[in-house]
Amino acid sequence: MIDRDEVLHVARLARLSLSEQEIDSMRHELSGVLDHIEKIGELDLADVAPSTHVADIAGALREDEPRRCLPPDAALASAPARSDDGFLVPSPQA
Amino acid sequence: MSVRDLIALSATEAIAALKAGEVSSGEVFTAYRERAEEHGGAGHGRLNCFSWIAGAVPDDTPPDAALAGLPIAVKDLFCTEGVPSQSGSKILEGYRPPYTATAVARLQAAGAHLLGKTNQDEFAMGSSNEHCAFGPVLNPWERSRVPGGSSGGSAAAVAACLAPWALGTDTGGSIRQPAALCGIVGMKPTYGAVSRYGMIAFASSLDQAGPLTRNVADAALLLSHMAGRDEMDATSLSLPGPIEMPSATDLKGVRLGVAAELGAQSGEMSGGIEPGVRRAFEQARALAEELGAEISEVQLPHAPHALAAYYVLAPAECSSNLARFDGVRYGLRSEAEDGDGERGLLRMYTPTRHDGFGAEVKRRIMLGTYALSAGYYDAYYGRAQRVRTMIAEDFKRAFERVDCILTPTSATTAFELGALTGDPWAMYLNDYFTVPMSLAGIPAISIPCGLAGEGLGPGGAGLPVGLQLAGPAFSENRLLDVAHALEQAIGFDGSRAYA
Repeated sequence: MIDRDEVLHVARLARLSLSEQEIDSMRHELSGVLDHIEKIGELDLADVAPSTHVADIAGALREDEPRRCLPPDAALASAPARSDDGFLVPSPQA
Repeated sequence: MSVRDLIALSATEAIAALKAGEVSSGEVFTAYRERAEEHGGAGHGRLNCFSWIAGAVPDDTPPDAALAGLPIAVKDLFCTEGVPSQSGSKILEGYRPPYTATAVARLQAAGAHLLGKTNQDEFAMGSSNEHCAFGPVLNPWERSRVPGGSSGGSAAAVAACLAPWALGTDTGGSIRQPAALCGIVGMKPTYGAVSRYGMIAFASSLDQAGPLTRNVADAALLLSHMAGRDEMDATSLSLPGPIEMPSATDLKGVRLGVAAELGAQSGEMSGGIEPGVRRAFEQARALAEELGAEISEVQLPHAPHALAAYYVLAPAECSSNLARFDGVRYGLRSEAEDGDGERGLLRMYTPTRHDGFGAEVKRRIMLGTYALSAGYYDAYYGRAQRVRTMIAEDFKRAFERVDCILTPTSATTAFELGALTGDPWAMYLNDYFTVPMSLAGIPAISIPCGLAGEGLGPGGAGLPVGLQLAGPAFSENRLLDVAHALEQAIGFDGSRAYA
């Protein structure tokens, strides 16, 4: 059973705030799922290479030439808060 | 042509009728739009498959456009310029993207018109469409039951005949499983076959767009207009040749495989495969033999570990992909009250994500973050990546001896709303038969093969059962041909579920 401190630590990493009740239910649910996932611990995988990707792709980059991109106003259009030329956020010093 | 006749046409037939001038694209669009409004919105007894329906009928399309102006329903997570694209989540409620996903743009360029955006499990995480911030979608076969997920809205719309066809996405089974539960065709192509540009991401090494249709020919047609390399998606690939329309009438010379680990006699699952599903699967297998296929046993020894590996890899990738939802550039923003203890940017990040994400999404982000965190990375993520390699190799070896592998798509028919939401792993088991193909990156299609469950569904005839066929990477044409031949022989009639 993963402990409360681990849940809080992971929540912090994930930038999720959890209520007391959520911490508790998350502990139980995660532990339950992890019990099943532990199954992969049974296999002997010593000589197996990890797959980061199923298809073998190389050289997928385009030429490094400037192209038209999203205009600033379009990029800022959905912002919850914006200035003339940027996204407004709470001050990191606050 | 009466509306009833018009909507009974498959996508391929409707396009032929449009090109022959028997009906106009305006008439077709209006007919489907009205049905979508009447049956597909939220509210009492309605299916809630659409989160947005087009307000206007597009101007008539020139009949020489390949898709002749036929409407299409598109899963919410595809960015559609100026049209809400929310991925079933509160955190993106009302978000209108400044661009359109390549898959959708290609279909529009071929003459398809956007009918509506369909509801889905939030961020494509789920197998029942109950984890949608805009309400669950109902199964047109039995409205107290789920349509499957995460492309449940798309599947229900096609099954209820509210759209001639639809676009969905499949990460661990999210096209195939709802197709099975709704009695329609659903296909996940080879990983890389369709561009992911503009698809709001869940798990980048697994997500694939694909068709949900009434028949296999329609699926081939839709896929043919979407597939192919896109310079905006570095993981997209050129297919070795064009997608062809299926034409096989029998299975002579086709070698099919069944795996003990996936349905022939599944260990963990044999207790879980509903008898009616097993019966329908065995009947389909017998039919394949009558059509001339040679069926043999194959081994997929690591398939029983696929679900565990998937539920490490997919949450890990999602925890990374969903980090962008922080209240800064789009979507919901919440801010902490003074005195809540948060400082600086965390005053925005944590409350935004707390308020905006549903429970299942939070669970998967937590699971993924844990699996990637220092001290656990090798034990979970590192191991899961190796299990993935083994599963891909199992399939490669099996495909040396057979052309396609046959499995049930899902162990059960549609289950009741609320039946599995209390137990995450029980819900995840719905992906048992579909996840191995996702991990291996190979194409797979689900076709309806029968009904099961006496007393359920329209007329008490039962609920749909899906048959899954999988093939090696880039074998789409052969897969579609085999599926088409079987489909014609099975003769499944989905019209009972039409709204």
